[in-house]
Amino acid sequence: MKFSSITRTTAVVAALMAGVSSAAMAQSITGAGSSFAAPLYGAWGKGAKADIGVSLNYQSIGSGAGQNQIKARTVDFGASDAPVAADKLAAAQELQFPTAIGAIVPIVNIPGVAANQLKLSGEVLAEIYLGTITSWNDPKIVALNPGLTLPNLAIAPVHRADASGTSFVFTSYLSAVDPAWKTKVGAATSVSWPLGSGAKGNAGVAGSVQNESGGIGYVEFVYAAKNTLTTVELQNAAGVYVTATPASFMVAASNADWAHAKNFVANMLNTQGVQSWPIVSATYALVPENPTDAAKSLAVLKFFDYGFSKGADVATSLYYINLPTSVEAAIRKSWAAIKGPDGAAIWK
Amino acid sequence: MSQAILPSPAGSRSGSSGRLGDRIFGGLALGAALLVLVLLGSIIVILFIGGWPAFKAFGPGFVTSLEWNPNAGTQSEDGPLGIYGAGIPIYGTLITSVIALLVAVPMAFGVAFFLTELAPQWLRRPVGTAIELLAAVPSIIYGMWGFFVIKPLIAADIETPLVHACAHIPVLNWIFAGGTDGYGIFTAAMILAVMVLPFIAATMRDVFLTVPAVYKESAYGVGCTTWEVVRSIVLPYTKTAVVGGIMLGLGRALGETMAVTFVIGGATRINPGLFSGGNTIASMVALQFPEAETGSLKLAALLALGFILFVISFIVLATSRLMLRPKFRE
Repeated sequence: MKFSSITRTTAVVAALMAGVSSAAMAQSITGAGSSFAAPLYGAWGKGAKADIGVSLNYQSIGSGAGQNQIKARTVDFGASDAPVAADKLAAAQELQFPTAIGAIVPIVNIPGVAANQLKLSGEVLAEIYLGTITSWNDPKIVALNPGLTLPNLAIAPVHRADASGTSFVFTSYLSAVDPAWKTKVGAATSVSWPLGSGAKGNAGVAGSVQNESGGIGYVEFVYAAKNTLTTVELQNAAGVYVTATPASFMVAASNADWAHAKNFVANMLNTQGVQSWPIVSATYALVPENPTDAAKSLAVLKFFDYGFSKGADVATSLYYINLPTSVEAAIRKSWAAIKGPDGAAIWK
Repeated sequence: MSQAILPSPAGSRSGSSGRLGDRIFGGLALGAALLVLVLLGSIIVILFIGGWPAFKAFGPGFVTSLEWNPNAGTQSEDGPLGIYGAGIPIYGTLITSVIALLVAVPMAFGVAFFLTELAPQWLRRPVGTAIELLAAVPSIIYGMWGFFVIKPLIAADIETPLVHACAHIPVLNWIFAGGTDGYGIFTAAMILAVMVLPFIAATMRDVFLTVPAVYKESAYGVGCTTWEVVRSIVLPYTKTAVVGGIMLGLGRALGETMAVTFVIGGATRINPGLFSGGNTIASMVALQFPEAETGSLKLAALLALGFILFVISFIVLATSRLMLRPKFRE
């Protein structure tokens, strides 16, 4: 008698608390990593809290740190601009999928040259950063730009001082188009730059280029678009000079070989396609394949599902490129590999 | 035994609870003191253990190696392991600190000289306090001020004219070279100079005040000028402590991270020229740490750098304490 009344009260209280928590308290998840993706996840998080009750606490601490955090399982998902190698994913029992696409654009400061007037090729860009082309009126640059008067001005290359995913993508592109770059410098979040000055963050690189006449640098497209920087046209794999626009990034994304990409690591650098911008890459999310907290893991997947289905417009307004719909469908399918402690798939 | 040295103020007749309280308090105080030592020791041990893979991979040459290249070295299945050396950041740390001291020490001497000999009494307190308050400004504030105010100023008004003026003068065109964007060793050194100035100035003022008045009065009595008194009486009397104060400033300059990271340029090579980018040990760690993967050789190299910085700072600060001690004991 007494026992049953206690159980009844407990049940009522529990039901009340459950009601309260689902109505007023959102399921909270934590993520950490890529600073490139931070504005996007922030915007998606705002929407997800209001619409599906998933509240995101995201720390923009850098891609490498994001990889470390998810490996140590101190966050619910990690975010990285550089994809993690397949064997490392397997060892850490992590699932990797892209969430959005971004592009990197070279910016310049040459007196008398406006945005998208200067044309450059990947090889010339690599030679500038290798120090073999040192002046803006070098015959190789002039040959690409008939009709444009280029001054006899020293080129001042600027690179990122801090280790960053942006540098990783940019040096990956230079490695892809220039064998000399690949052997001498290579691709990494921080490389041994043969010359040039270093500046911290996109803002630092943009500031340095604007300060120094003859400067050239590379920034995320988001940053260049917001601050109307002097971008250049780049020659793509088809030999066509393209302008950095969301449309040209979209072409690159759709030309990538997603069907054969293991862990969704599709190469979007220097893709074929007449209108495809050559320096495009995805930002990735990393989630555990063996989560200890099934509810949290589900909330993380719900968050990205929400981002894919409802967050496209927000992403576009923030200058991110959405993944092709077919890729998003394949990502949702891949979530079947995530199994809760009871061995059942979390995403149904 | 403790009672023999420090008899309980409550007297020997106080209750056992008082003695127990004393013992507990004494134990806690001892524990607090030991904890600091244990923390210090464990930090250095952890840094060394963390950095061991780098020391093992590169040997003693790690300290002098001028290569920092993540895309070189032995190939593993995940790509190259990288070659890392501490030579570049050690060079950057020393050169920025030395330039900072070259600027800060004469200024600090001027400040201390003014405050102890020249300034009217009513001005000494407020100016002295203001100098001490400079030391309390958080380094991130110096970093932001350096980035937004000093860097553009140095780029436009110092680097650009100097580089152009010296472009064809031998030697000078080598010293004043390395770009005109404001990033680099020179800017970092200037900000460091401002940051260490209050430490050196405050120490110098304090030790100048310890000179017995009778010495100075005797010198004035035989007709010495103020400058002669300072040069022949005050400076020789306080020599050791002044050097100790400079070492204190050096200790601060060596480990300064935030303000330097903003403006140093983060280069992983040694460039000739004051205006070219560099890296100090602290800024190298700050700039590279977020992208260093757990278990990687790069992380080990960064921890090894931390160990080296710890050892250098420890030696410098210990020397400074040693030199500052005798005068203050009097």
